[in-house]
Amino acid sequence: MSGLIIALVGNPNCGKTALFNQLTGSRQKVANFAGVTVERKEGSFTAPSGRTVQVLDLPGTYSLDALGPDEVITRDVCLGKVAGVALPDVIVCVADATNLRLHLRFVLEIRRLGRPMVLALNMMDAAAKRGIKIDREALEAKLGIPVIETVAVMTKGARALIEHIDTQGVEAPKATEEKDPHVEVREILSAAVVMPRFTAKIDDQLDGILLNPWLGIPILLVIMFVMFQAVFAWSGPLMDGIEGVFGWAAEAVRGYLPEGLLQSFIADALISGVGSVLVFLPQIIILFAFILVLEESGYLPRAAFLLDTLMGAAGLTGRAFIPLLSSFACAIPGVMATRSIHDIRDRLTTIMIAPLMTCSARWPVYILLVGAFVPERTVWGFASFRGLIMLALVFAGIFSAMIVSWVMKLIRRDKTDSVLMMELPSYRLPNLRNLGLGLWERAGIFMRRITGVIFAANTLIWVLATFPRAPANATLPEIDYSFAGMIGHAMEPLFRPIGFGWEICIALIPGMAAREVAVSALGTVYAIGGSEDAVANQLSGVIASQWSLATALSLLAWYVFAPQCLSTLAVIKRETNSWRFVGLTTAYLFALAYLAAFATYTVTKMITG
Amino acid sequence: MKLSELPLHRPAVVTEVIDSGPDDRVGRRLRELGFVTDEPVKVVARGPLFGEPILIQIGFTRFALRRAEAARVLVQQGQA
Repeated sequence: MSGLIIALVGNPNCGKTALFNQLTGSRQKVANFAGVTVERKEGSFTAPSGRTVQVLDLPGTYSLDALGPDEVITRDVCLGKVAGVALPDVIVCVADATNLRLHLRFVLEIRRLGRPMVLALNMMDAAAKRGIKIDREALEAKLGIPVIETVAVMTKGARALIEHIDTQGVEAPKATEEKDPHVEVREILSAAVVMPRFTAKIDDQLDGILLNPWLGIPILLVIMFVMFQAVFAWSGPLMDGIEGVFGWAAEAVRGYLPEGLLQSFIADALISGVGSVLVFLPQIIILFAFILVLEESGYLPRAAFLLDTLMGAAGLTGRAFIPLLSSFACAIPGVMATRSIHDIRDRLTTIMIAPLMTCSARWPVYILLVGAFVPERTVWGFASFRGLIMLALVFAGIFSAMIVSWVMKLIRRDKTDSVLMMELPSYRLPNLRNLGLGLWERAGIFMRRITGVIFAANTLIWVLATFPRAPANATLPEIDYSFAGMIGHAMEPLFRPIGFGWEICIALIPGMAAREVAVSALGTVYAIGGSEDAVANQLSGVIASQWSLATALSLLAWYVFAPQCLSTLAVIKRETNSWRFVGLTTAYLFALAYLAAFATYTVTKMITG
Repeated sequence: MKLSELPLHRPAVVTEVIDSGPDDRVGRRLRELGFVTDEPVKVVARGPLFGEPILIQIGFTRFALRRAEAARVLVQQGQA
């Protein structure tokens, strides 16, 4: 028997992905459809008959009417019109048993394609709990297609689905007379479904609290506070651990290999380079875990609901909340998460400002500079002055992001209102298995996307900082003789107006790969060896004595804006498929960085004299 | 009356969706989501700022609409 290809389709929030997880377990592959940023999720399993079944999880859509790229792809895959994707043998249409009024309309639309299909009646457990009675046979008779009951988080229903497709075979539905789908849905519902109540009581009660005009926003703020507390406090030990392991590995290589180019390349470029990125993995996993729980539970669309007007004033949509939130850990997953924004203008604006959110790579730089120049004292009896300065830097980013998006809205050529039209799904208890798979998948995407870039960039920067090598009687630090040193000196005239000396210019070059690398690069320039912590400690003393306050503040202002992260730019390219847009984003961020640093430098010098 | 003017928790039914032009995607999508004649509809919540967005219960589903979107849907108060 040959293999079988099935495609899962359905409305958003029908539990399709959970069912996909049930069917395929961890044997999944996520990529993009060629040429568009529509996620292509594939998996496979072996049916009891021994044949391999390939499963394609198509994006959730409300209709085949092709308003967006998701819908075009879903329709074209079902019809076998996408190059490189085989025509599915069976379409499995997934519908939420508690939301049939909406979902059956889509089922009818799929049926009209005339392809072999079955209906997976999902969330039967939730339906039973709410006292919803569905006459499966009547539904089957009315629709003219097989109907199989499933529970997204239980294997039993998935097994029944597999068995049915595997043993009985599925035929195309007979063509029926064309009726208004809404009329037909009402007929089917009155014939096959008894619904004691339109909504779940628990949803009404929770929405009454969480969307309350007075309580909603404070509850959201508390949730955000707990989340950031977790991201920055709980990740500490894990990050130290990862740093330790990589530091130890680099040391081991230094001890094992003879001193020279190979040793330096492996220890500095490869091990330390990968370590400098991996160290953020705990933060990103904790952040993702929170976001996944909020998403699975149905809270995230509520947060978008609460914030829509506020963000709308800045020219954004409430949906931008989720990507911008992720960007506080790292702009890469943030840019990826903009896929949930359907309006292309809103999506591009969100991508453009995502790098202005204070990502975790900025913290080492902020900590170093604030630690060296800002005296520690307590203000208002409880707050740390340094902490307040850091907070001010974070808000500088948020505030300028709002201005940028507001300006973007002003200069838009297409002035039509963007639409919200966002479904608020039923609240659900997050399922551990789905959380695990989701976390695994997102962390995997993050790792794959950045390791490539970081690897390449680190190699390049190592080459620039190493060659040509310093002469034997060198008096200056080694880096001064290298290409990086030459570039640093060449850059200096451009950066003198904002107070950067050549040492800072050199550090900016490796800092292009990842912001926090600038700290260790400054260490190299000032010829300080040792671990990152030791470098930061000593460096703090050196720069406090050698830099003016104006230079330090100017560098901080620079770091609020400068797009010093090749990985982010690479992801923006992938997600927008436009070099022009990458160029535009890079240019405006550098321009802002230069202006902000210039203003900071000039004003500080005037005040300090 | 317009759905955007419907008081909170007051039952109503949809009478029609007004298109803004000949090929109105928003109007079409609203109908696809269930905003069709005689469908029961209710405003269940309003956003914390300026009463926007508006949370609508249509059929078995809740949708958040901005005021401009909700203003295209005409409704009549009372049970279906």
